[in-house]
Amino acid sequence: MSLPPLVEPASELSVDEVRRYSRHLIIPDVAMDGQKRLKNAKVLCVGAGGLGSPALMYLAAAGVGTIGIAEFDTVDESNLQRQIIHGQSDVGRPKAESAADSIREINPYVDVVIHNTVLDNDNVFEIFEQYDLIVDGTDNFATRYMVNDAAVLLGKPYVWGSIYRFDGQASVFWADQGPCYRCLYPEPPPPGMVPSCAEGGVLGVLCASIGSIQVTEAIKLLTGVGDPLVGSLMVYDALEMTYRKIKVRKDPNCAVCGPNATVKELIDYEDFCGSVTDEAAEAVIGSTITARELETWIKEGRDIDLIDVREPAEYEIVRIPGSRLIPKGEIVSGAALADLPTERQAVFYCKAGVRSAEALAAAKAAGLKNAVHVQGGVLGWINQVDPSLPTY
Amino acid sequence: MKIELNGEAREGVATITEAVAAVTDARRGIAVALNGEVVPRSEWDRPLADGDAVEVLTATQGG
Repeated sequence: MSLPPLVEPASELSVDEVRRYSRHLIIPDVAMDGQKRLKNAKVLCVGAGGLGSPALMYLAAAGVGTIGIAEFDTVDESNLQRQIIHGQSDVGRPKAESAADSIREINPYVDVVIHNTVLDNDNVFEIFEQYDLIVDGTDNFATRYMVNDAAVLLGKPYVWGSIYRFDGQASVFWADQGPCYRCLYPEPPPPGMVPSCAEGGVLGVLCASIGSIQVTEAIKLLTGVGDPLVGSLMVYDALEMTYRKIKVRKDPNCAVCGPNATVKELIDYEDFCGSVTDEAAEAVIGSTITARELETWIKEGRDIDLIDVREPAEYEIVRIPGSRLIPKGEIVSGAALADLPTERQAVFYCKAGVRSAEALAAAKAAGLKNAVHVQGGVLGWINQVDPSLPTY
Repeated sequence: MKIELNGEAREGVATITEAVAAVTDARRGIAVALNGEVVPRSEWDRPLADGDAVEVLTATQGG
């Protein structure tokens, strides 16, 4: 389905701009008209991380006249394996500022707008309203549903992409012209089922594969060329090296863009997506210790069974001394219940405390009444007890 | 009746709901494509036909 251009052309390109964009200008489908539309375009990228990095860089190089960056985080060393808009000397800086500097270096004709803030229900409309198009490069379900709902309620198109390990998905969601994110995924997965990239990892270059699809779609929408991914989901498998397109229709029962929509304003997205299950939230009450308390227990020689519930690859990177590994999935499924201690007190930990809370809930349900988990996980241990250990 | 489920031949699966159950315990955060087209959840009880290709997709959050 081809669509009319989203943006009117700017009045003219300067001589310098003509020189810079010559490789676009000689493509008949883009030409002067398309490049002037890009110049006039205002695009917001939500997140300057894995997807945001290549997306922002190519939007800038392509000559999108105004680029907004919505990002609150700071650059961490563990970002640099894939977030190529930031460099070594940017570690510790706000990502929005670091990304803005890179954009200005790539293309000084871009007007960069920094939104160095957490995007939330209170500011999302005000920020989105300033743009023609949104590129979603966030890293969590709660923000993804908020971006979708805000875009639907404002009638804005957005280019969506998500990544995990070797797999990526991308689409254009625009309720006025086709389906929205909720038509595809009406609800997020249950908490803990789908790991984040911080928990499960991501092949760095995958960000470029999906981020460049997002920019391609943005350029097509802004200039009105080709058939955008409205009503199509692109599924990329880096291991098989396949791209497949799957058709997505508008869901007549969609809660936000269907004819009987129940979501007419923004909702509580943290609650909608749930950071931990209800069982886990209940299990940790009165059964949570800090990393320092764990250190004391170990020094006192207390009879505990310290169980790391992360994945083997994570256990290999860093672990709390004296621990043994039983991945959370095996505890929750019941497969590893026989490996849990019967006499000794079980102490669970994971990376940051979410998975261990779920393991704790399963263990308590299986009868381990005195089991506890470590608040903040191995990261808390590194922070409070042994800063010499590597974080990841 | 033979269908293809996530690229592998499968028998004894009569509906999309059954196909999903054969792949995952989850009911949320997944989408199902039947012969290359996503089927909304409200139509998951639709009977499958011989030779249908069903693909269960999982939502990912990474970015």
